[in-house]
Parts: sequence; C-alpha cells; structure tokens
Amino acid sequence: MLPGRRTLPAGMNADLAPHATTIVAISTNEGVVMAGDRRATMGNLIASRDIEKVHPADPYSLIGIAGTAGVGIELMRLFQVELQHYEKIEGAMLSLDGKANRLATMIRQNLGAAMQGLAVIPLFAGFDLDAKTPGKVGRIFSFDIAGGLYEEHGGYDAIGSGSLFAKSSLKKRYKQGLGIAEAAQLAVEALFDAADDDTATGGPDVIRKIFPVVMTATAEGTQRLTDEETAAMAQTVIAARALQPGA
Amino acid sequence: MAMQFYASPEQIMRDRSEYARKGIARGRSVVVLTYAGGVLFVAENLSTTLHKVSEIYDKIGFAAVGRYNEFENLRNAGVRMADLRGYSYDRRDVTGRALASAYAQTLGSIFSEQGKPYEVEICVAEVGTAPEHDELYRLTYDGSVQDEPGFMAMGGQAEAIGNILRAEHSVSHTLGDALKLAVKALSSVGGEGGAARTLAPEQLEVAVLERARPGRKFRRVTGAALTALVNPAKADAPKADTPKAEAPKAEPPKTEPPAAE
Repeated sequence: MLPGRRTLPAGMNADLAPHATTIVAISTNEGVVMAGDRRATMGNLIASRDIEKVHPADPYSLIGIAGTAGVGIELMRLFQVELQHYEKIEGAMLSLDGKANRLATMIRQNLGAAMQGLAVIPLFAGFDLDAKTPGKVGRIFSFDIAGGLYEEHGGYDAIGSGSLFAKSSLKKRYKQGLGIAEAAQLAVEALFDAADDDTATGGPDVIRKIFPVVMTATAEGTQRLTDEETAAMAQTVIAARALQPGA
Repeated sequence: MAMQFYASPEQIMRDRSEYARKGIARGRSVVVLTYAGGVLFVAENLSTTLHKVSEIYDKIGFAAVGRYNEFENLRNAGVRMADLRGYSYDRRDVTGRALASAYAQTLGSIFSEQGKPYEVEICVAEVGTAPEHDELYRLTYDGSVQDEPGFMAMGGQAEAIGNILRAEHSVSHTLGDALKLAVKALSSVGGEGGAARTLAPEQLEVAVLERARPGRKFRRVTGAALTALVNPAKADAPKADTPKAEAPKAEPPKTEPPAAE
C-alpha cells in the first residue's frame, strides 16, 4: 500500500486530527432516539468540548459519527446533500434501506484513508415510512470501515471509543416497548456510563452547561431535544449516581 | 439537386419565436404570486405525479409551462446546480438570481444555436424575509429574463389571466385569499365561448414557499387541506389558513424531559 512496503508508525496517524467518540441509538415503537457526547480528542488532548456528532440526515433519519471528525462531518454533509438531491430530482424519498446502502458505499470509498488512520464509522438510524409491522418503525444500522452494513435487531447499538461501556449499560437497562422519552433518558445514562470509564468520551459538563445532543426520528420527523431537556436528563442521572457512585 | 434558399436571420428567429410561442400557448396556465406568508404557485394540472411546480432549494421554487420533457430537463439542471453550490459554499449562497441567469444562458443558447427552441416558459421564485423581498423571475424560450412585480401568469391565455391578477393582487393577502384570486384568474378563461368556468381542487397543483418556515420552505398543499382552502365554506373554516404540510413540521420536541426533582 505504501511505497517500498514501508509500514506506518503505529498509532501516529490516528492522533493527527480530532477524533469524535461515543454515539448511542435506541429504537422504540414510535421511532428511534440517537444521542452523542460532545467531546473530540487528539491523542491525550481535548480538541473540542462542544462538537455536535448527531445530525438529521433527512426529515426521517439520523446519522451519528465516530472516528476522524473532519472526515466524518464531510461525509455527513455529503450524505445529507445526496438524500435531498435524490428526493428533489425523483420527487420521492429513498427507502430507509436505500439510504443505509448509499452510506455504506460512501464508507467503502474512504477505505484507503481509513487504512492510514483516518477512519470514520457512522451510526445510522431512522423512522421507516414503509414499515410493514407497526412496532418495527425504528431501525438502526451499523457499519464497518470496509463498508459492511449491518442492521441491529437488538433494539440498541453504540459506536465509538466508549461504545463498550455504553452498550453494557444499555444491555442491563434496555427493554422492549420503551417510550421515546424513556429511551432518551436511557441514552443519556448510557453516555454517562461511557464517559465514566472512557477518557475520550465527555460527560455532562455542568460548569459550561454542555450536555449531550439527543435527537429523535418519529412519524413527525426528526427533532432535536432542547438544551433544557437534555440538561434535565443529565441532572437526573447525576442525582441518581450521587446516591450510588459505584467504583 | 436540392436548391438552397436564403433565409434572413430575422426570418429564422421570427419563425423560431412563433413556433415556441404557439407551443406554450397550447398548454394550461400556471400562476405565481406573493402573499403575506410567502409565495404561492398554482398550476392547472390533472396529474398528481407529473409536476409543473417543484422545489429547487431552501427558498427557491420552480414553475413551468410547455413541453414536460424540456422543462423537466431544466428543473433537474437547476436542482443540480443549487445542490452543488450549497454543498461547495453555503446554503445561503444559493440564490434565485444566480439560478435565473443560468437558465437564461441555457435557454438563450438553445434558442440561437439549436434547430428547435425549447417550448417552455419558466418561473424561478425566491421567498424573502418580507413580501417586498420576494423575487419572481420569468424566463422565456429565447432566454430573456424579467423580474416580475409580485405576480405572474404563464402559458395558455396568460395575458387575460395576468390582467385579473394585476387588478386584484395584494401582498397583504392571506394564503386563502391569494389562492382564491389565483383560482379566479385561472378559471376566468377557457370556458364555453371564452366564458369563465369552475375549477375543482383535483384540477389544481398548489404549492407554497412559506416565509416563516425554517430550512426548506417549499410545501405542497394537497388533499383535504387544498379542498378546505379552495372551498372554505364546505370544510371547517378555522383550519383553512394553515396549509397541511406533506413533510413534518419543525414542532417543539414531543418528548418531555423526565421530572428533575
């Protein structure tokens, strides 16, 4: 891959550019919730305290990014333009599976850069307008750097450096038939757990009033919860943990 | 052996103009007008899938009359140009004026360089922060572009329809009033012996660029919402002035934060 079969210095390129971290998504009977922490890191430094990593891809789907922030944000912007362009030209939206497939192709095209340390992995979730069964409207898709596309049927997923902890948290707390508000609260709690054990994930910043970005995609479209709402959710988690800090 | 006859450039242009004008006048009309809440497009169109009115970008709408394949071609090019510009620079950098001049270039060169001119007339409309900042551009088959004063009619008997709009148009109209005026103007021609006729909601294609909406301002008004606006007496009156959105509105979040106490 490199001239003269030289190998890359291990771990160097990954620290060249800011790195975005944990995203969680939870599906419910009404749609999906996606939440992301606000930290971007460069090696041991904090590159940004208030980066936004969860965005609406179109009126019914959400995209969250983990990995090299610059590449991820560019990918997300291009994806948004492509979805909107298709909708305007064809007069109809792509199906949710069509959107996920398109995103998978875009990830595959980044494979070369990914192999050199500038990898980006998105999490894609949305409200399926063509869902056959009423309870299966919220769907989550995960990806790998080679462009592999995997639908998550378990009801939740997480990506990024803190995903291990976030998923462990959700594994115990998630149950079927959650409402959107409950799912949003669970997502904020999962991010709190990720931040608790992963240095690259930012916890709720009560001093600067920076709280996770929480978005929903339901039959009414995508919505971002207000800062007041996410602050209240974070405070609920903090209050509960103050009583039982754990180790 | 075939004889080559001389035809003056004036004659060639006149013939092309006449050809295009005839084609445009054969079709049904489209009306575009500004009102207090934005810009309204009303087309007489029986098809619900082959649109004469469509979205170009956040604040920009497109309406056309004439040959479908030709204006569809122009619409696609417009969407492509707008999306590319918005992606390369910023969403605010996509303007109706730039789009109108690109269309004028395209139509102008097709008119003078190709064998047959496009038999189309199009409108590029951009909604502003207030009615006086709305922009309506009329582009004709030969590439000429005009800035219209808040209302315009294209296709069919555009002259007669335009006269009614000129007499009654006001920027302070509500959506209901503006739509009533548009329907009145469109139905004033084409009846038996040039008399007025009645247009049912099913015969209309209606869309608006809503001034107050954040982001993409283009919305189609269809189904029950359209019927309520066209015949307010028959439907429940209080709802008549709010257009039913096809896509979701940006409402305040439905999810309530759990109690913090």
